[in-house]
Amino acid sequence: MAINWFKYSAPSTFYGLIGKLVPWFAWSSAILFTIGFYIGFFVAPTDAQQSEAYRIIFIHVPASIMSMFIYLVMAGYAALGLIFNTRLSSMMASALAPTGALFAFISLWTGALWGKPMWGTWWVWDARLTSELILLFLYLGFIALHASIDDPRRADRASALLAIIGSVNVPIIYFSVKWWNTLHQGATIKFTGTSMHAAMQQAMFIVLVACWFYAIAVALTRVRSIILERERNNQWVSELPEVRS
Amino acid sequence: MSSAPASPARLSLPGLLRLVVRRDLMLAMRRRADVLTTLIFFVMVVSLFPLGVGPEPEMLRKMAAGVVWVAALLASMLSLGRMFMADYVDGTLEQMLLAPQSLSVLVLGKILAHWMLSGLPLVLMAPVLGLQFDMSVQALWVLIVSLLLGTPVLSMIGAVGAALTLGLRGGGVLVSLLVLPLCIPVLIFGTGAVEAVTSSTSVAPHLLLQGALLVLAAVFTPWVTAHALRISME
Amino acid sequence: MNWGEFFAMKGYGLYVWGSYGVTLLIFIAEILLVRHKRTLTLRQLRLLRDAENEE
Repeated sequence: MAINWFKYSAPSTFYGLIGKLVPWFAWSSAILFTIGFYIGFFVAPTDAQQSEAYRIIFIHVPASIMSMFIYLVMAGYAALGLIFNTRLSSMMASALAPTGALFAFISLWTGALWGKPMWGTWWVWDARLTSELILLFLYLGFIALHASIDDPRRADRASALLAIIGSVNVPIIYFSVKWWNTLHQGATIKFTGTSMHAAMQQAMFIVLVACWFYAIAVALTRVRSIILERERNNQWVSELPEVRS
Repeated sequence: MSSAPASPARLSLPGLLRLVVRRDLMLAMRRRADVLTTLIFFVMVVSLFPLGVGPEPEMLRKMAAGVVWVAALLASMLSLGRMFMADYVDGTLEQMLLAPQSLSVLVLGKILAHWMLSGLPLVLMAPVLGLQFDMSVQALWVLIVSLLLGTPVLSMIGAVGAALTLGLRGGGVLVSLLVLPLCIPVLIFGTGAVEAVTSSTSVAPHLLLQGALLVLAAVFTPWVTAHALRISME
Repeated sequence: MNWGEFFAMKGYGLYVWGSYGVTLLIFIAEILLVRHKRTLTLRQLRLLRDAENEE
């Protein structure tokens, strides 16, 4: 059984395989987004304390989770690429970075729009918002380092090391920001409703899965372009129907 | 170098460390202006703040630690580009990579030298700047201790960034982009210690956490930097 | 419930639809960029092939 996996780690096979997978992920994502938002907007009841404003949660929380999750996956791929010298994992890492950065941005944006009606200000130095901002900086550092090295091999390895250092640092940063936040008695976002309604949890979970599929579809499409770019001198690339036409 | 011991193959690790540090210090002493520029930058940034926010002593006292720490952070970014650059250009770094001695120890030596040239002067200068901000004597002492514990960590994390961006165009700005977010814990615990004095709570936890960061960084960053250098040089 | 009420979100419409609107824009922009990158890469590969054929 193990042999099959290695077959897919060859760029030519992987390229073909993900070409078939992308539409599936894209459509499942679209359907799940529709279901999730339908439940979120029409089934989930109005919150007693936050009225309708709480409905931002259905995109804010999944986006925050995705931004952290993608960073870990990216660091994992980067580490694989660094340790086992597998080209594909490094390409996956660099394909995930922009999507992760965008999710971090969405999380900050929706957090600010949620904070305005709830706290009266757009930005609060809340421990989680601050950590999210730093996470965005870490993503930008990764992307900038990768972009400024011309040799793709060195770019992969250098940014992989940076991603690993970053993922080791994320807990330390989160802890220190929390510590700093309690010292200054800053605000913390808490869901003020005593218990979350089951429909709210359902909607949030479905949107989270939708975001996940979306991220997979986008990252895989991006990695296809990266594979073509890196492998352009290989025979199999010039024989692809999309290149020949 | 003429003063180097005769048989480098038999060097003990501390001896090797001393050799690297002395070499880097000696080279830096030939270009003293570089060291001075960092220090002057630090003093200038700190002195600009009262001009920017106004001279009320109450406010200045409150923000003193933060201003000094942020300025120290920025100043230590300035000199990062130089850490490996000269050795990279003249080929010494390549020899270091090929040398039988542990690259991590060589890197640790370079980090130590970098700290002595860019971190230590800031630590010594900080009390004078603190007086400008009307800090109490006790707060000044804590500031010095926190800087003593924190600035080596800045050099260590900075070394990783400098190694990753070695020889890149626009490396100077890039290295700040990479390193600054990673330095946030140092900044938080450093300023936290001084604020603990002003709010008369316990200083120890902050300094202990800073010490923990220092130990953690001292154990891992030389090795990571050595790895980064190998990536950048291959 | 009528649609006007739904979009007003009890006065929180700006915040709720501001969140979802920008998210939608970002998703659309990312999808377009990723597709654009693919067309660019394919075009480049074809140019490369043509240049090689001429040699």
